[in-house]
Amino acid sequence: METLMIILSGVLVTVATYLILSRNAVRIILGTALLTHASHILLMTMGGFGGTNVPITGENGADYVDALPQALILTSIVISFGVTAFFLVLSYRTYKELGSDDMYILRGRRNE
Amino acid sequence: MLPVNLAIFIPFIAAICIPFMYRRMSRLHLGWFVIAIPAIVFISLLPYIKPVANGETFTYIMNWIPSFDIHLLTYVDGLSVLFGLLITGIGILVTLYSIYYLSKEESLPHFYIYLLLFMGSMLGVVFSDHLIGLYVFWELTSISSFLLIAFWYHRKGSRYGAKKSLLITITGGFAMLIGFIMLHTITDSYSIREIISDVGTYTDHALFIPTMILILLGAFSKSAQFPFHIWLPDAMEAPTPVSAYLHSATMVKAGIYLVARLTPIFASEILWFYLVSGIGLLTLLWGSFTAIRQTDLKALLAYSTVSQLGLIMSLIGVGSLAYYVTDSTAVTLFTQAGFAAVFHLVNHSTFKGALFMVIGIVDFQVGTRDIRRLGGLVSLMPISFTIALIGSFSMAGLPPFNGFLSKEMFFSAMLHVQEANIFTSEALPVLFPVIAWVASLFTFIYCLIIVFKTFFGKIHVDEERIASEPKIGMLVSPAILAMAIVGIFFFPSGLQQNILVPAASSIYPGIDLSHLATPISWWHGWNTEIFMTLGLIVCGTLLYLGLKYFMNVYKLFPTHWSFDTLYNSGLDRLEKSAATVTNTYMTGYLRDYFRYIFIFLIVVTLGVFFYTGAFSFTLENDSPIHAFEWILTTVMIIAAIMILFAKSRLSAILFNGLLGFSIAMFFVLFRAPDLALTQLVIETVTTALFLLCFYFLPAWVGKETDRKLNIPNLIISLGVGATVVLTALSVHNGKLVDSISSFFENADELAGGQNIVNSILADFRAFDTMLEVVVLFIAGIGVYTLVKLKGKKEVDK
Repeated sequence: METLMIILSGVLVTVATYLILSRNAVRIILGTALLTHASHILLMTMGGFGGTNVPITGENGADYVDALPQALILTSIVISFGVTAFFLVLSYRTYKELGSDDMYILRGRRNE
Repeated sequence: MLPVNLAIFIPFIAAICIPFMYRRMSRLHLGWFVIAIPAIVFISLLPYIKPVANGETFTYIMNWIPSFDIHLLTYVDGLSVLFGLLITGIGILVTLYSIYYLSKEESLPHFYIYLLLFMGSMLGVVFSDHLIGLYVFWELTSISSFLLIAFWYHRKGSRYGAKKSLLITITGGFAMLIGFIMLHTITDSYSIREIISDVGTYTDHALFIPTMILILLGAFSKSAQFPFHIWLPDAMEAPTPVSAYLHSATMVKAGIYLVARLTPIFASEILWFYLVSGIGLLTLLWGSFTAIRQTDLKALLAYSTVSQLGLIMSLIGVGSLAYYVTDSTAVTLFTQAGFAAVFHLVNHSTFKGALFMVIGIVDFQVGTRDIRRLGGLVSLMPISFTIALIGSFSMAGLPPFNGFLSKEMFFSAMLHVQEANIFTSEALPVLFPVIAWVASLFTFIYCLIIVFKTFFGKIHVDEERIASEPKIGMLVSPAILAMAIVGIFFFPSGLQQNILVPAASSIYPGIDLSHLATPISWWHGWNTEIFMTLGLIVCGTLLYLGLKYFMNVYKLFPTHWSFDTLYNSGLDRLEKSAATVTNTYMTGYLRDYFRYIFIFLIVVTLGVFFYTGAFSFTLENDSPIHAFEWILTTVMIIAAIMILFAKSRLSAILFNGLLGFSIAMFFVLFRAPDLALTQLVIETVTTALFLLCFYFLPAWVGKETDRKLNIPNLIISLGVGATVVLTALSVHNGKLVDSISSFFENADELAGGQNIVNSILADFRAFDTMLEVVVLFIAGIGVYTLVKLKGKKEVDK
C-alpha cells in the first residue's frame, strides 16, 4: 500500500515538474497544483496507514489513525489554495497588461 | 618619545577630522591644516634618531586579534626610522607644494583624506613588525594610491591608470599574503624580528623557495619592477604632488623596503641574489632605455623612476651576497652595496621629488608637458631651470650632486660582484658592470633631454600663455630638495652616521659594519669607477647629439609587442569570456533557472544516496491494498498523464479537478473526514477559479502550448520523480525516531476537544494556523489588488 502510494506521488511529481518547466502560465499553475497533491499523498503515506479508527476520541476504541499528518495536510490545502488563487489572478493580470501568458515572450530584455 | 604605534594613527585620525575642519575653514586652503600632520609625526620621530644610531631598538605592541596571534606590533630600527623620516619629510614638502598646485575649486577634502590615508598606511608598512599588520597597511597604500590616481576621475586616463595600478599591485599583494602565511607555517611566527633571529633553522623547508618567490612577487609589483612596471607610467595621470610623493619617493619604495627588510631571512639562498639583482638590473636597463623615447615629461620621469628603482633593487640583491660569502673582505664589499642601496634610495627621493615638482610647475605655468612643444624656458623660468638642472644632473650621476656619490658606489658594487666566486661562467659577472654602465648611459641621455629639450632651444610660438615663474610658495619645496641634493654631496657625514649606517645595519643584523663609518668621500683617486663616469659623459653627450639617429633603434621593437598590450588584451579577453560564460547560463528564462534547481536537487540527493548507500526497500511493512485503492490510484495516474497530453485547457483543468476529487476519496479511505471535506470544498472553488481564468486567458494554440514532447524536460522530470520515490521509500523503510503522534491523542484531556485534528490545528499548533490565516489574508489582498487595480492602459482610457 505504502509503496503504491509513493509511486503514485512520484508520478504526480514527475508530471508536475514537467508542467512547471513548460512555457504556458496555466500549465505552470497546474503543475504547482499537482505538486501540492503529490506532497499531500506523500505526507499521508509517511504517517503510515496503521490505525483503523477516525481520529476522534471517545467514539470507537483507541486505535486511531495518525492525526498529525492530517493536521499538516489541512493547513497545506488551505495555503495552496491561496497560492493557486493568487497565481491565477497574477497570470490573468499579466496577460491583461502585457498581452501574453507565454514565459518566452515575458522574458524581458537582454542584459537588463 | 611618542610611541610609534600611536604616531601611525595620527594621519588616520586627522583624515577623519578633515570633513569637519573643511566646513570651518572655508577661507583658508585646507592644505595648511594638513601640513601640520606630517610635521608632527616628523618631529615625534626625531628623538628616535640618536638612540637608534647607538644601536637601540624599540618595540610597541597593541592587541588586535589575540586569538589568532595577530597584533599591531611596531618596531623602530634604523631602516624604519629612515623610511619614517622620508615619508613625513617629503610629506611636508609635498603638502606645501600641493597648496599651490591644487586650487580651492578642486575637491580638496577628498584629496587630503586620501593623502593622509596613504601617509598613515605607509608609516604602518615601515613600522610594522607583524607580517599581517604589514600586509594590511601595504594593501591600504595600494587603495589610497588607487584613489589618488583617480582623483581627476572624469578623465578616462585617470580611471584606466588607477584600475591598472590597483589590479597589478593587489595581485602582487595577494601573492605576498600567501607568502607571509607560508612563512608563518614554516617559522611559526609572524614577527619579522623573531623570524630573523631564528634564521638558519628553516632554510631547508620545502616551502622556503615558494615562499620567497611569492613574497618577491608582491615586492616587485609594488616597486614597479620588470615586467610589472607597466602600471607606473599610467599612474602619472595623478596630480603631480601625488606622482612626486607616492609614485617616486615613498610608495614604490615599499617593495624595496620589504626586500631589504627580509634579506636576512632569505639571503642564504643564492636564488634570492639572482632574482633580486637580476630583475633589478633588467628593470634598470629597460626603464632607462624606454625613458628616452618618451615625449611626455611625466612619462619620462615615470620610466626613469622605474629604472632607478631597479638600480636600488639590484644593489640590495648584490648586497645580499654578504650573507653568502664567507671571506671577510668580501663581506665588507657587499655590505657596502647594501649601504649604497640605502644611500641611493634617499638621494633618489630628493632628486626625483625635485624633478617631479619642477615638471609640475612647467606643466602648471605653460600648460603642456610635451617636450615637442616645450623649449627655451631658461630665460623665463630661471629658478625652475636651476632646480631641474640640479635634479637631472644628480640623477645622471654628476658632481657636485648627491647622485654622483651613490652612483660611484653602485658602479663599484657591480664591479665587485665577480669577487663572490659564485659563478660557473666567466661572462656572467662581467655582465653586471656592463649592464650598469649601459643603463647609466641611457640615464645620462634622458637627463640631458629633460634639461635641454625643456629649457633650451627656441621658444615655441603656439604657447597659449606666456610662461613665467610661479608663486614663490610653489618653488619652496623643490628648492629645499635641490639644496638637500647639493648639501648631501658636500656634507654627507651627518646623514651617514645618524641615518644611513643604522639603516644599513637593519639589513645586516649581526654583521660588523664598522667599516661603513668611514666618511663618504667624493674622490677615490683615478679608479675604474671614475673612468666609467667620464666615459658616460663623453658617450652620453655624443649620443645625445646624435639622438635623431639613435631613435631609429626603437623602431626595431614592434609597438604592439609590449606588456601593456598583454595587460590590455588580457583584461579585455577576461571580461569578454566572463561575459560569455555568464550569458550561456544566465539566459533570463525562468524555465532554465528551474532546470538548474531541479538538476541540482537530483544530483545532490541521488549523489548522497549512492555515496552513503542509504537506499533501502522492502515490501514487508506495507499494509494490504484494497480494490478501491487500486482503482483510485489507476484513475489518478491516468488523469495526471492525461493532463500532459490535454489538447485544450478545459480538459486539463477537468483532469486536475478529477485528481483533486480522487484525493478527497483517498482521504475518506484513510479515515480523514476533515481533510476530505476541506479538499472537496477547495477543489470545487479551485476548479471554478481555473475556469474563470479560462475565460480570460488565451486558448492554447500554435507554438505556445508546446504540446510536443520536450525530451530534456522529460528527463529532468523523471529524475525528480525518481528522486522523490527513492527518498520516500528509504524514509519509509528506515524510521530513525518514533512518531510523536501519540501525544496528540490526549487531545480531550489537554485541549478539551474530541476531534484530534481540530485540536491540533486550533490548540496545539494554533500559532501555525494563525499564520496560515495571515498567508490567506495576504493572498486575498493580492488577488483583490490585482483584479481591482487599474493598469496603465485603463487609466489612459
